[in-house]
Amino acid sequence: MAKVEVTKKACAVNPLKMSQPIGGALAFMGVQGCMPLLHGSQGCTSFGLVLFVRHFKEAIPLQTTAMSEVATVLGGLENVEEAIVNIAKRAKPEVIGICSTGVTETKGDDVDGYIQLVRQRHPELDHMGIVYVSTPDFKDAFQDGWEKAVAKLIEVFVPKNDGPVQRAPQRVNVLPGCHLTPGDIDELRDIIEAFGLEPAFLPDLSGSLDGHLPEDFTPTTLGGTSRETMAAMGSAAWTIAVGEQMRLAATTLEKRTGVPFVLFDRLTGLAPNDELMGFLARISGRPVPTKLKRQRGQLVDAMLDGHFHFGGKNIAVGAEPDLLYAIGSWLTEMGAHLQAAVTTTHSPVLEKLAIDEVLIGDLEDLEIRGKGADLLMTHSHGRQASERLGVPLFRLGLPNFDRLGAGHELTVGYRGTRTLIFTVGNMFIAQTHEPNPDTWRQSEEDVHHFGGEAERELVQLAPVA
Amino acid sequence: MSAVSAKIQDVFNEPGCDKNKGKSEKERKKGCTKQLAPGAAAGGCAFDGAKIALQPITDVAHLVHGPIACEGNSWDNRGAKTSGSSLYRTGFTTDISETDVVFGGEKRLYKSIKEIIDKYNPPAVFVYQTCVPAMIGDDIDAVCKAASKKFDKPVIPVNSPGFVGPKNLGNKLAGEAILDHVIGTEEPEYTTPYDINIIGEYNLAGELWQVKPLLDELGIRILACISGDAKYKEVAYSHRAKASMMVCSKAMINVARKMEERYDIPFFEGSFYGIGDMSDSLREIARLLIERGAPAELMDRTNAVIEREEARAWERIAPYRDRLLGKKVLLITGGVKSWSVVAALQEAGLELVGTSVKKSTKEDKERIKELMGQDAHMIDDMTPREMFKMLRDAQADIMLSGGRSQFIALKAKMPWLDINQERHHAYAGYEGMVELVQEIDKALYNPVWEQVRRPPPWQEKTWEERANEAIAAEAAALAADPVMAEAARREKRVCKCHNVNVGALEDAIRDGKLTSVEAVGAATHAGTGCGGCQGTIETMLDAANASGAVPASLAA
Repeated sequence: MAKVEVTKKACAVNPLKMSQPIGGALAFMGVQGCMPLLHGSQGCTSFGLVLFVRHFKEAIPLQTTAMSEVATVLGGLENVEEAIVNIAKRAKPEVIGICSTGVTETKGDDVDGYIQLVRQRHPELDHMGIVYVSTPDFKDAFQDGWEKAVAKLIEVFVPKNDGPVQRAPQRVNVLPGCHLTPGDIDELRDIIEAFGLEPAFLPDLSGSLDGHLPEDFTPTTLGGTSRETMAAMGSAAWTIAVGEQMRLAATTLEKRTGVPFVLFDRLTGLAPNDELMGFLARISGRPVPTKLKRQRGQLVDAMLDGHFHFGGKNIAVGAEPDLLYAIGSWLTEMGAHLQAAVTTTHSPVLEKLAIDEVLIGDLEDLEIRGKGADLLMTHSHGRQASERLGVPLFRLGLPNFDRLGAGHELTVGYRGTRTLIFTVGNMFIAQTHEPNPDTWRQSEEDVHHFGGEAERELVQLAPVA
Repeated sequence: MSAVSAKIQDVFNEPGCDKNKGKSEKERKKGCTKQLAPGAAAGGCAFDGAKIALQPITDVAHLVHGPIACEGNSWDNRGAKTSGSSLYRTGFTTDISETDVVFGGEKRLYKSIKEIIDKYNPPAVFVYQTCVPAMIGDDIDAVCKAASKKFDKPVIPVNSPGFVGPKNLGNKLAGEAILDHVIGTEEPEYTTPYDINIIGEYNLAGELWQVKPLLDELGIRILACISGDAKYKEVAYSHRAKASMMVCSKAMINVARKMEERYDIPFFEGSFYGIGDMSDSLREIARLLIERGAPAELMDRTNAVIEREEARAWERIAPYRDRLLGKKVLLITGGVKSWSVVAALQEAGLELVGTSVKKSTKEDKERIKELMGQDAHMIDDMTPREMFKMLRDAQADIMLSGGRSQFIALKAKMPWLDINQERHHAYAGYEGMVELVQEIDKALYNPVWEQVRRPPPWQEKTWEERANEAIAAEAAALAADPVMAEAARREKRVCKCHNVNVGALEDAIRDGKLTSVEAVGAATHAGTGCGGCQGTIETMLDAANASGAVPASLAA
């Protein structure tokens, strides 16, 4: 059981963490016809925008209330109103998702109040959904922003069930954490549909950010969860939440509608996926489909083939809690050893990792703890540490800006786990060094034992591995 | 904050700025505090601009005082290259928490500076102020002063919280910070009559190094490049240069001008893009140095090098000219690049079908007209849909732009080349021109275009056909309904800063019998922000005169 420590440093060096508002904004991007809006100065939006463009390599809808110094001091009512009206006019979205930032939270803007006023003044915008979530930059991290935004979407768009409701037994709500890629969501959809069930994802980045050619230009998101889908979530039979971060959203949904939920704190690895298949078989009343049985067999085989290369390897991982937990547990199950685990924010899953200490810190901490490791796993910003340490980097999570296909990375399901084993295993294989005569020589001392000065000089000329 | 406001006022009163010269005293005081339209704005903030301008100083620690958003979301995202230290790529931030917001972040800032000096011992620490600490009143100047004294090391405050304005203002505020705290604080070991500064060049993708070998050959020493591949001490002793070149960006004009004022270093504005411009710049450098005492033979040597290099560049471009001749380019970029790249592309035999002039000055536009002819297609601001229409109507073969608009081209299955900040290829000097031509050739002739444009076997209509139909349907609807067409015409925004549309301007000109851009500005605020729409307003005034809406007697 791991102890969770917080770094004692005053200065974060090479941040691992990203801010809460852009986590919220990404969640909104999984809603159909949505324009996420950051209430803050324009840099807050621009930094997030660039980050997402580099990661997804897609046009990203994201707007700003463009708070100036004066507007910040006076309060942002006018800017929020103007932004909503402008966006409604220009982008004609179905939903505007607003996240606050450090600036407007420090000032103490009452955005909920503003929205009420805007609603009164602009009845012509009644048809448009407006969701607001409080996400100050100086608190929590990316994952928390996502979590809060999803819970808020449920509060706004899923109607309360008061009396008994007719539930559709085949319908399942799925609440994925922000560590699931568009590719992961597609994979989960395939798995659930294979049981004859009808999954409804919230949010659904698979439709909006999976990299495809659109039918037409649109300034808002394309694809994603529609308002009708959200409105119908109360009549599903079950909710599946993926990642501890989704507990808040799942509980919110259960409280409003009575739909029971089951939470999978990870879907990477054999055991958690067995559990998922068992659950899906039970609620659908169908046996596990042949296709998935075959995939299980392939995963087990991959684990057998791969374990030679994972056994005893030392790995340093830096990621947000749910991703760290999923990957860390899987690595441990493959026989690897977690040499270091650094994360961004608190979560109960951290204690379950097989390591003495999980540090809430930055990439400098990971670099210090990752010395001599066989592999570094973190987002693209780990590339400098990887170079300095001479340890290869597996790019994990967001942002992944210096490799192609970030949106299609796969870590869930039997198939995702199998892919991970092959990709990571191949990195280990690629590192195997050919031995040379000096490979097993320990130090200068060894050389000294062997002979006199002349011989020693000769030996020193040879390359030391 | 009063210190920042005073600085901003000072920066706005920039006599070296072309746009400013055209403004009245009162307008100038108001400065470029472009009020952005909430919900319709894009681009970086002042902090972003300050960091961009100074981060290429490679050996110092750049510490961002603020919540995680400012550095955590953005670090290591620009390709400024270094020949030495790579400390500038390390992200340092105080990552302030709720507690700091309540009790103040100064202590954390001080401790952070100490930690950085203990661990990394850089020649200096640059501290960037952001919105939240500015709001709660953290006095970074005082902290920097105290830390500087205590640790006996320059700790430079950069006062540029994001909400004071856009990126460009941040560039200038960064310039002010080094003018106030860095430039002139150290002395070079020796000086030569051939010492120059290059200002506003950030060595993106290593572009400075495409130019430097030529300067080396001529014996011209870059005393300091501000700030591409710079070391702290170079910037600190840059006041001993004999002349400066302001590289095709108005970002740090205040630095060039104030160094002229304070240290008597003359400067000129030049560009490294395009063969002609590159040669002009070399000659101008030589001329200024000779003026400041370098031997006159420098010009002969410079001309010899130019002749040799131009011949060599043409020779290397020649094989491509045939392949590129008559290919049509749509250029979406801003400011000076809109003409400096035009010149470069024409040299390669390409034909320009349009260029954006969103951030260009009147002079920039004049130069475009010079280069492309009177009916140059200049594009002010475009929605993605309009851009697609432009790609189709002009039948461009390739689009050159920044990363922001790349997906419009790519999703329209058009070849696209990045010529903005995030590009990975260097296009400066003679060498860069050859590289640009090679890249365009590579993009245009990639066989992938033919493949991706093939419709799927089950699809009757291509996406382009459907988009065209949608555009045609919209146009037809407008043509059939004159009222709607008129409304749509009047709805078109002219002044982006103050959100003024065509209709409001026409009404104001007619009702107020306005005859000057200033009068229009006074009546509607249009044209008083960034000033970018003043040309359009002028055209509208001319049209109003011509149609008799304003009596000719008044419109002298």
